[in-house]
Amino acid sequence: MSERFEDRVVISGLGQSDVGRRTGRDPLALTVDACLGAIEDAGLERDDIDGLSTYPGMAVAAAPGFSGASATDVQEALRLKLNWFTGGLEMPGQLGSIVNAAMAVATGLCRHVLCFRTVWESTAQGGGPRKGIGVGTSGPFRATGQQQWTLPFGAASAANWIALMAQRHFHEYGTTREQLAWVALNGRRHAALNPDAIYRQELTMDDYMSARMISTPFCLYDCDVPVDASTAIVVSSADTVADLAHSVRVEAVGTAIHDRPSWDQWGDLTTMAARDAAAQMWSRTDLGPDDIDVAELYDGFSFITLAWLEALGFCDKGQAGPFIEGGERIALTGQLPLNTHGGQLSAGRLHGYGFLHEACLQLRGECGARQVANPMVAVAAAGGGPLGASILVRRD
Amino acid sequence: MSNNPTRILPQLLPENEFFWTAGADGRLRVLGCSDCGHYLHPPAPLCPKCMGRNLAPEEVSGKAEVITFTINHQPWIPGFEPPYAIAIVELAEQKGLRVTTNIVGCEPDEVAIGMKVQVVFEDAGQGVFLPLFEPEGR
Repeated sequence: MSERFEDRVVISGLGQSDVGRRTGRDPLALTVDACLGAIEDAGLERDDIDGLSTYPGMAVAAAPGFSGASATDVQEALRLKLNWFTGGLEMPGQLGSIVNAAMAVATGLCRHVLCFRTVWESTAQGGGPRKGIGVGTSGPFRATGQQQWTLPFGAASAANWIALMAQRHFHEYGTTREQLAWVALNGRRHAALNPDAIYRQELTMDDYMSARMISTPFCLYDCDVPVDASTAIVVSSADTVADLAHSVRVEAVGTAIHDRPSWDQWGDLTTMAARDAAAQMWSRTDLGPDDIDVAELYDGFSFITLAWLEALGFCDKGQAGPFIEGGERIALTGQLPLNTHGGQLSAGRLHGYGFLHEACLQLRGECGARQVANPMVAVAAAGGGPLGASILVRRD
Repeated sequence: MSNNPTRILPQLLPENEFFWTAGADGRLRVLGCSDCGHYLHPPAPLCPKCMGRNLAPEEVSGKAEVITFTINHQPWIPGFEPPYAIAIVELAEQKGLRVTTNIVGCEPDEVAIGMKVQVVFEDAGQGVFLPLFEPEGR
């Protein structure tokens, strides 16, 4: 394997604010909690941070609370002296902001990049039901860009767009709700061991099968839970390892998208950008699916986890349903411990960063009751539909 | 679906106006390449197949097949009452030529992958005619 930029970086710090429902707290305050926590965890000082990276930055026209703080907000709040920064929505999903940071460090533009993702959807969306895109904006809202092709038909949420993919997968491969349920049931089982998770009480197959439908085949428990929270991750130059409190190695990243960048025009609707990102990631390492000790795979909607399981080659295409059925294989003691913190379905919609946070924490052996025995390699993946990036991390 | 859901309408722009207003005369139109005969959707300034720039709206049959669907039960948009069927249909003219739409003219639970459907327009006001689809032969 020729030299990779990934070899020049490590993940040095992890930080997490309180995670809650309708906390009413200022999202920038949550962000600052997570960021200061991550800097301290890395063994660094605020003045060491010379890079800043976030997703989705000053995003507009998304759901209320989708973006809790921008890069500029954080630079101002922490009075950072930056040699490089970025924030935005147009990248391969939430973890694209981590990849951006890694590339900036690897090229020598900066040494320690503070990355963060803040959501404030629980408070911002108040006590009512989850709203469709554009609902609640002032004045007459007209759909533009890609959204014009779905919003007029009431396909107003990623729940609908991904349900369309799930239904096609059910049709082609015979996947069932009873199989899909295991993403939710497994997450809840693990969340019970995570004191920071939102939902920790037992979830049974009966609870799942009798829950109200959101968008077939998805029921309530197939949809993640909006929260107020911020997650921060520090990416540092590998040259600085001696100064760091922690260093999780970045083995390889995947960011590819080779089909049409669209939720409904994507060619094979049973796959996602995950397919291309995962293939690229494996092309950048000598490791393979059998080397993975822990998998933290996005579950904004349960079916996305199935797409990542297939994309990453943990099972054959179309076979993720049977792979997770019964939940044994994906338990903490199983062949592929999956979503060990509970995923977004039970631990809260940290929106991508929670998976990388948990993957690193597992490698550091700091997961308490939900700790997997002695993991060496973990994969974190985030994003659904035309958005997706995966990151392979290993113990130093 | 209620008879008059409160729909969010598309913003009409020079490149998409032909599509959203085509239903005024009951005909579905998509952009076609005059050089190679390929249809493309959504509209773009060049043909993805031959990179040609001679594109024009062309009338198509309005016949299509449901390639996937979902029955939405969540009230995302006030006035757009669930349940309703959202589908991606493939137009008969070309493999991969798709639109997202609603299936109407049948109960939501009658919708199935492989169902043959035909276009029916809903006059959504302000010049917009939304192409919905109903089971063929209704």
